[in-house]
Amino acid sequence: MSDNFDRFKKCAVDVLSVDEAQVVPDATFESLDADSLDLVELVMALEEEFDVNVEEEELEGVNTIQAAFDLVTSKL
Amino acid sequence: MSDRVVLVTGGNRGIGHAIATRLAAAGHQVAITSRSGKADDADGLLVVKADVTDPDSVDAAVSEVEAKLGNVEVLVSNAGITKDGLILRMSDDEFTAVVDANLTGSFRVAKRVSKGMMRGRWGRMIFISSISGLGGQPGQANYSASKAGLIGMARTFAKEFSSRGITANVVCPGPIVTDMLMELSDEQRAAFERAVPIGRLGQPDEIAAAVEFLASESAGYITGTVLPIDGGLSMG
Ligand SMILES: NC(=O)c1ccc[n+]([C@@H]2O[C@H](COP(=O)([O-])OP(=O)(O)OC[C@H]3O[C@@H](n4cnc5c(N)ncnc54)[C@H](OP(=O)(O)O)[C@@H]3O)[C@@H](O)[C@H]2O)c1
Repeated sequence: MSDNFDRFKKCAVDVLSVDEAQVVPDATFESLDADSLDLVELVMALEEEFDVNVEEEELEGVNTIQAAFDLVTSKL
Repeated sequence: MSDRVVLVTGGNRGIGHAIATRLAAAGHQVAITSRSGKADDADGLLVVKADVTDPDSVDAAVSEVEAKLGNVEVLVSNAGITKDGLILRMSDDEFTAVVDANLTGSFRVAKRVSKGMMRGRWGRMIFISSISGLGGQPGQANYSASKAGLIGMARTFAKEFSSRGITANVVCPGPIVTDMLMELSDEQRAAFERAVPIGRLGQPDEIAAAVEFLASESAGYITGTVLPIDGGLSMG
């Protein structure tokens, strides 16, 4: 996988306190035991890591690792 | 009792100073803010400079506390001002200045420290409101609005962060002997004294005692509460 996904994975592991192996594209946040507050925290960490800006509304419907990864990397 | 990292805004004098001193005596590591960056009688306290109306200064102050003591685990949001005047003579600027310092200022600091509390899965936020925010007070439309606003805000913090072990509570002092009260006329102070069922003005340490409890481990099931400490003035 790409270098970007590794950076993404590192943020997810830090913020969500999960194992690296759990951070796969089709994992849902629910399956990672992450609630809406975790998601906001993750997005804040990703904004910092990738130097992008994500609006509140854009998080709507973002339920999986892949969706969050796409959202952030679409802004690069 | 486990010691915690505490931040008291406006802890350089008055009620904030009594709270800071008491929590330090209880073994916590206590930082206080003051606008000058100095404080008299700051033995055992870390003094950082902050003006709560300035977001950058709030960020810098909290960063300094984090670097020197660690993440803030107990926030006592106490900084506050009055700019009294009857409604018909109160300008928009006088209104918004007080709301900015007392309400938005508290929001800035609480939001800034909430991240660290979330990480640590533990936190205590204690907002110093006022009985003026409960019952209103002639001459204090701005102040009462700001203090009432703290209640709704604190309860929202309580709900949004409940899953992270963070509690948020509000303390509403009645007339307490500090510089703020000394701004009133002798006559106004005497009127307060007569109106208080307990028959005297309160002391800053009587607020600090309750804050110490709300900050403690034992208060973990108390959140979103509004606690008047006012000699019975606002009963009912
Ligand atoms: N005394 C009472 O009877 C009473 C009753 C009800 C509620 N309260 C509330 O209790 C709290 C403490 O009051 P007090 O009686 O101790 O008042 P005080 O003696 O006048 O002290 C006010 C404190 O707030 C700080 N402060 C004011 N504006 C600030 C700003 N923009 N940024 C940072 N700090 C600021 C002051 O710092 P500086 O030294 O830099 O000015 C000072 O430390 C206030 O929220 C007040 O509304 C007091």
